[in-house]
This record gives sequence, structure tokens and C-alpha cells, in this order.
Amino acid sequence: MNPRILAVTTGRILRQLRHDRRTVALLLVVPALLLTLVYYMYADQPARSGEVSTFDRIALVMLGFFPFIVMFLVTSIAMLRERTTGTLERLLTTPLAKADLLFGYGIAFGLAGAVQAAVASALAYWLFDLDTAGGSGFVIMIAALNAVLAVALGLFCSAFARTEFQAVQFMPVVVAPQLLLCGLFVPRDEMAGWLQAISDVLPLSYAVEALQEVGAHAEPTGTMWRDVAVVAGAAVLALVLAAATLRRRSG
Amino acid sequence: MEDAIVLRDLVVDRGRRRVLHGISCAVPRGVVAGLLGPSGSGKTTLMRAVVGVQVVGGGTATVLGRPAGSADLRRRVGYLTQAPSVYADLTVRENARYFAALHGRGRADADRAIADVGLGAAAGQLVGTLSGGQRSRASLACALVGEPELIVLDEPTVGQDPVLRAELWSRFHELAASGVTLLVSSHVMDEAARCDRLLLIREGRLIADDTPDAVRAAAGVSDLDEAFLRLIRASETGAGVAAGAGGEAS
Ligand SMILES: Nc1ncnc2c1ncn2[C@@H]1O[C@H](COP(=O)(O)OP(=O)(O)O)[C@@H](O)[C@H]1O
Ligand SMILES: [Mg+2]
Repeated sequence: MNPRILAVTTGRILRQLRHDRRTVALLLVVPALLLTLVYYMYADQPARSGEVSTFDRIALVMLGFFPFIVMFLVTSIAMLRERTTGTLERLLTTPLAKADLLFGYGIAFGLAGAVQAAVASALAYWLFDLDTAGGSGFVIMIAALNAVLAVALGLFCSAFARTEFQAVQFMPVVVAPQLLLCGLFVPRDEMAGWLQAISDVLPLSYAVEALQEVGAHAEPTGTMWRDVAVVAGAAVLALVLAAATLRRRSG
Repeated sequence: MEDAIVLRDLVVDRGRRRVLHGISCAVPRGVVAGLLGPSGSGKTTLMRAVVGVQVVGGGTATVLGRPAGSADLRRRVGYLTQAPSVYADLTVRENARYFAALHGRGRADADRAIADVGLGAAAGQLVGTLSGGQRSRASLACALVGEPELIVLDEPTVGQDPVLRAELWSRFHELAASGVTLLVSSHVMDEAARCDRLLLIREGRLIADDTPDAVRAAAGVSDLDEAFLRLIRASETGAGVAAGAGGEAS
């Protein structure tokens, strides 16, 4: 890996994103619209005293979802394009190391995810009075980490897609089970044993638990840090797998 | 000095078919070598083997004295893929600067490469909005920008107007005169006369490896197109029968 090549590759990916104004606008506006929707869905539900309101519970987890879902899709398509347009083949004949490309994507779209999470969080805290015991900085940090995890998974999955249609199909395969089993819909300790076992090996479960820890505790807890470490570890593992799917030579 | 490219019995299978049937040849340094052959004859496959992105089934490919695909060759070899491989959502200049930076070159080098392919006026334009010919020149600029010792160009002049084609060929010869080796593929024979050396390939077999004059002399005609036809016929009446059976069997 070469810091200069990593930097120019990250810059190149961000520049591509910047040229696509509509995508940038959607990236920032869609979470806001969905948060608004959820806010009004639960606006008339009386909060039971001593319990967090339903909106707070859902909005906090949603802040982690947005970058995860969006960056997974964006990365899968971007990497697939690199493969189908031949730019990947050409890059692999240059001094660029595989890690420069993979980490370049991780940093660029991780940053994009962090900005998305920051904008959505600002809206949730200021406009919709989201209330968390812990600081909003931790929420954004965990959301950005989710983005990096999603980029790593997207880089890996794109190796198994030949077309955009196929790449999009990996969304429900990779993302949907993690959303369903992460503990938002049914608390994890109320699930059947085998569902809990599946949930235990899905990284998003830990990201959600970390967000819930921030929601419930004023100071970062040991559980939160452990969860953050698990998500980061999963991202590194997915990047290593993605590197293994990148072959300089092909048939 | 050792040759820029040495192939020994190079065999490549793609899918379940044998695409290159034991190719042996050598390209000396500082020349423009033309790789000519009809569409589907294996030109792209051979070039991929030279730049080290092709899985090889047998034989060896040696480039600038090192096995093809060696890590240190990546800063010494430039590759233009047949389909333009540039980022459609970046401008010509942004593309050239990125590929320049990968080779440790600066903005001035990028601007020079853009001017060399005649895209100076379109430097600020998004590649996605360029015409086909402009787009492949943008891709060419990105292959030249690293100032490599060996430049492998897969059909660089397809879709270019005659004036530009002549300009590009004179640029290739300038580079060769400065010691750079170029391997340039084409499926149109009128480009063959512009090369210092010719590699004629058909159905994955090399049927000539010589200077244009020597190819003309061997075939006994002055027209290279006609010469190529005669060499094909000669190769078919000779080893061609057995080879044809072997090629189609699998
Ligand atoms: N990815 C591939 N998988 C299987 N066969 C391929 C692949 N790419 C090319 N071929 C086959 O290999 C042969 C040579 O192709 P190619 O090297 O692209 O020829 P050329 O560049 O001379 O047109 C053709 O018959 C082509 O169909
Ligand atoms: Mg070809």
C-alpha cells in the first residue's frame, strides 16, 4: 500500500461522486424524508412514562441504517462498473495495490456515509427532538462505521455479480436479514434460539446494540466499545475477503 | 540489449477453447511492432498476456527482462484496453491526472498527454459526453501519461479520422525513436505498413514475424493485404490441416 496512491484514489472516487449531483442530493434528502415520515407515524402515540418514545427508539436505529443500506448499494454498483468498463483491469496493470483501491473506497464512501449520518442526525436532534442519553457524536461515529462495513460488504459482493441487476439483488440478500434480526422489530432476547444465533453472527446486530447503548447511557459503555470493535472487525474481515476476490490475472 | 518482449510457446485457453496455440516471438526495444490479425484471432488475449492480466496455460512471456505481470513492471508498462477504460463520470483532465498520479507523475504530464492525443480543447469535458473516437483518445492519454518503457495499445486508432490517425502514428514513432517500445494491434492492414515490425496472427497462431518489407518479399507481392492473404493460404496448405482439426476438436 502506498499513502500517495491511496490518497489520489480516494480523491478520484469522491470526485466521481461530486460530479453526480443528483446522487448527492438523494443521499442527503432521502433520510430526512423518511425520518419525517416516521416522526408523523408515531406523533400521536402516547409515550408511556419512564420509557423512551417509539420515535426515539426507531429514529436512533434508522440513523445507523441509512448509511449501511445506501453505501452498500453505491459501492456494489461502483465496483461493478470498475469491472465492466475495464477500468479495474487497467488499474491492476498500474502500480496501484489492491489495498489502495479497497481502502480508497472504504475511506471515500465511509466519509460520504458520515456526512449523510451527520445531516440526518442534525435533523433528528433539532427538528424532531430526538433524545439520547449519550452524545450525538457517538451516534454519527457508529453510523459512519456502518457505512465502512457496508462498503466492505459491497466490494466483496460485487465480485459475484456480472450485471447491475444482479448487484441490486444482493441488497435484499445481505441487508434485509440484518435489518430484520438486528433487534429493532423484536428484541433479540425475545427471539427463538436459532434466530438469536443467526442474529449473533450478523454485524449489524452489534451496530444497533451500540446505538441503543448510546441512547440509554450518558457515558460510553464497555458494551458499546465491544460492539464497535466487533463491527470494525467485521469490516476488516469483509475487506480481506474482497481483496481475495480481486485477481490481477483472469481467464 | 535484451528484447522488450519475448514469448516462448505461449498457450492460452479462454472458456473451454484454446485461443493461443504456442506463440513464440521476440520484439526488440525501440520499435513500433504491429500485431495484426482478423477479429477474434487472439490479439487482445496476447496483449493481456504481455501486460500480465491473462491466466496463461503454458509457455513463458518475458517483458523487459522480467516475467510478464511482475510487480516492478507495473510502473514500466502502459496498457490501453480495446474498449476505452476511463471513468465516464470524470472529465478528461481528471482521468489523466488520476492515472498520472498512479505513476507518480504530475499535472503537467497529464496536460501534455491530453494535448498529445489532440484532446486539449475537450480537457474539461466529462468523458461520458465525448464521442466514441474522443473517448478512446482519452483512454490513450491515460496509457501514455506514465511515460512507460513498453506501451501496449489494443486497437488505438479505431474510429479516428485519417488526419488524427496519421498524427497518432507519428507520435508512436517519436516515442519509439526515444527508446520506448510499442506493441500496437490493429485489424486493418493499411496500418501494417506504418509499423517497424509485424506480427501476423490468425486463429491463435503466428503466421509471420518480420519487417513489412520482409513480409512483402516472403509473399512475393508489394501489397501487404495481399501478402497477408498469401501467407494465410501458405500456412493452411502446410501445417494448416492438422492445426485446424486440433483447434476445433475441443
Ligand atoms: N472472456 C472470454 N472467455 C472466453 N473466450 C473468450 C474470452 N475473450 C475472448 N474469447 C475468445 O478468444 C478468441 C480471441 O479473442 P481476442 O483475443 O479478443 O481476439 P481479437 O482481439 O484478435 O479480436 C475469440 O475467439 C474470442 O471469442
Ligand atoms: Mg481485440
